[in-house]
Amino acid sequence: MSKDNEILEELTSREYEHGWSVDYEADEAPIGLNENIIRWISSKKEEPKWLLDWRLKAFEQWSKMDEPTWANVHYPKIDLQSLRYYSAPKQKSKSKKISDIDPELLKIYERLGISLNEQKRLQGVAVDVVLDSVSVGTTFKDTLSKLGVIFCSFSEAVTEHPDLVKKYLGSVVPATDNYYAALNAAVFSDGSFCYIPKGVRCPMELSTYFRINAANTGQFERTLIVAEDQSYVSYLEGCTAPQRDENQLHAAVVEIYAAKDAEVKYSTVQNWYPGDKNGKGGIYNFVTKRGICAGDNSKISWTQVETGSAITWKYPSCILKGDNSIGEFYSVAVTNNYQQADTGTKMIHIGKNTRSRIVSKGISAGNSQNSYRGQVQVMKRATNSRNFSQCDSLLMGDQCGAHTFPYIDIQNPSAKVEHEATTSKIGEDQIFYCNQRGISSEDAVALIVNGYAKEVLNQLPMEFAVEAQKLLALTLEGSVG
Amino acid sequence: MNGINLEIKAGEVHAIMGPNGSGKSTLASVLAGREEYEVTEGSVTFKNKNILELSPEDRAREGIFLAFQYPVEIPGVSSTNFLRTAVNQVREYRGQSPLDAVKFLSLMKEKMKLVEIDQKLLSRALNEGFSGGEKKKNEIFQMAMLDPTLSILDETDSGLDIDALKVVANGVNQLKSKDNATIIVTHYQRLLDYIVPDFVHVLYNGKIVKSGTKELALELEAKGYDWIKDELSGATV
Repeated sequence: MSKDNEILEELTSREYEHGWSVDYEADEAPIGLNENIIRWISSKKEEPKWLLDWRLKAFEQWSKMDEPTWANVHYPKIDLQSLRYYSAPKQKSKSKKISDIDPELLKIYERLGISLNEQKRLQGVAVDVVLDSVSVGTTFKDTLSKLGVIFCSFSEAVTEHPDLVKKYLGSVVPATDNYYAALNAAVFSDGSFCYIPKGVRCPMELSTYFRINAANTGQFERTLIVAEDQSYVSYLEGCTAPQRDENQLHAAVVEIYAAKDAEVKYSTVQNWYPGDKNGKGGIYNFVTKRGICAGDNSKISWTQVETGSAITWKYPSCILKGDNSIGEFYSVAVTNNYQQADTGTKMIHIGKNTRSRIVSKGISAGNSQNSYRGQVQVMKRATNSRNFSQCDSLLMGDQCGAHTFPYIDIQNPSAKVEHEATTSKIGEDQIFYCNQRGISSEDAVALIVNGYAKEVLNQLPMEFAVEAQKLLALTLEGSVG
Repeated sequence: MNGINLEIKAGEVHAIMGPNGSGKSTLASVLAGREEYEVTEGSVTFKNKNILELSPEDRAREGIFLAFQYPVEIPGVSSTNFLRTAVNQVREYRGQSPLDAVKFLSLMKEKMKLVEIDQKLLSRALNEGFSGGEKKKNEIFQMAMLDPTLSILDETDSGLDIDALKVVANGVNQLKSKDNATIIVTHYQRLLDYIVPDFVHVLYNGKIVKSGTKELALELEAKGYDWIKDELSGATV
């Protein structure tokens, strides 16, 4: 953390480099999905043949699959042939001013405590003060490269580090895994690649860098994180700032590989546009995230705060292959209005003495439906495994729903598996009690929800924990009363 | 409720007594601003303001405190955290600067002694797992922390054993001053042995039917509420 401060201090004393030119190339694939589109995308990105082949194979497999319908979410079928599968990254316009930005959006940024500079950056307004994304990016890159840490876009990694990408791509989430993973493998746009060499403890939250680089998230993001023996990295994805996108479907894939004694901490704060009060519009967030604790004593922990998107469908999971490996999942999933979420995790115990911990806090409000779906699987040879799962649901009002689908599959008699679940409500009585002590209803909800979600929020990198708290309160505004 | 006429001056203690269903708790709820109740006629003036126009939190910030009959539990939120939020919101409303952690803690220590409440209890979730007596003590503790001008004690004595009753009463008495006032809502005379009222009002069928001094409470104790009912029906005959 102190490294972040050092770098930021260094930057604020630098001079700003003025002017970048606007580049408006019309880079869009024609609408539809077929083999030609995939070839178009691959050639546009100047990819090597092996990657094109990988995509095509995935597409072939996808074509034979059926869209899954088992989740507890309901939505009108997406016509995948009517989508555009590649469009250019957002361009920054020199002429766009802060007064051009939707004032409602600015109000939200302020309430989330997002600095003015960051607000401008997020909205593509030219930044006219000392900090700018290019110089910040460069400085971080220097520090990281001295340690041998690779942190770049996926596309860059394909060109600069093809061997690494080839070795690990699809090793944790193969294209055959599921319908949306196959789709992602065929048409993924870009994402992040992160490699931590042996024995290196990444000195900064990769969150900081990511945030400053702002939201250029695409529809089909693909992220690959590889942590070699004895390495450590903490990675944060997402942004508390509300993210709107013309693209309705977001099917990302995240793969994590942890070698012997390595530890990867992956945090997500997701605030995709949830649709209007009647559930119209809104983003479908169908994500496959999986980590493999390949080496002994390795550890992967997932922390997520999900508040946006009309439909959330994701199960960050851990395959505990190495002996003594540890998998963790901490989640706060909030649904309001007509949002739906079917989210949870899978912990697969394969090695000996493996441990997993699941803490899931669902919050439902409005007319929303929130489901936890989790699987704890202990394979035959996984002796002495331990799991602790806690699934809590908080209901606000009486029109929402909370559901739990825990699956426990134990094939080894030495396993110790614990499961706890609670269901509670924020009653009007509790709000009134707070009111009578001088606390406004909004603050009362924030207080109660934060107490409820504390255990998960404490897992986030500190600066994000604060924003996440505000985000929770903001998402639940107007849900009581 | 139809026929509540009350005037409460600073420094006074008023007791509101009445049989079950007479409207005692309703009166307390209406004063505190519970949304379920709509006032169709009349006014409630507090420090020259018509508080019926104010939200419950603003009424609280103006200085009205209700000690609940059944204090609710709020899991995950410690009493300490809860009170700090409340105290600072009230201070903000009054144009005062918020108390920092150190000042707040010392204020807490000071007030804890008043109601003999254990600090361990305060770091637990608000009222969660508290016994009846502990909940009531916690109400008076919060009252001490918030320093209200008008306190309404809604059947604070219900569910208390004699020792807890004495502690609670002692706390209330210590908080009484010439600048604040207290309304005690109760069935029983017992609490009034410890917190001596200046005025006693009898509520019956949503109306204050009789007012007097503390002797009235003793008379009620001796004769029961039927005495009032008889008196009233006698009057109409």
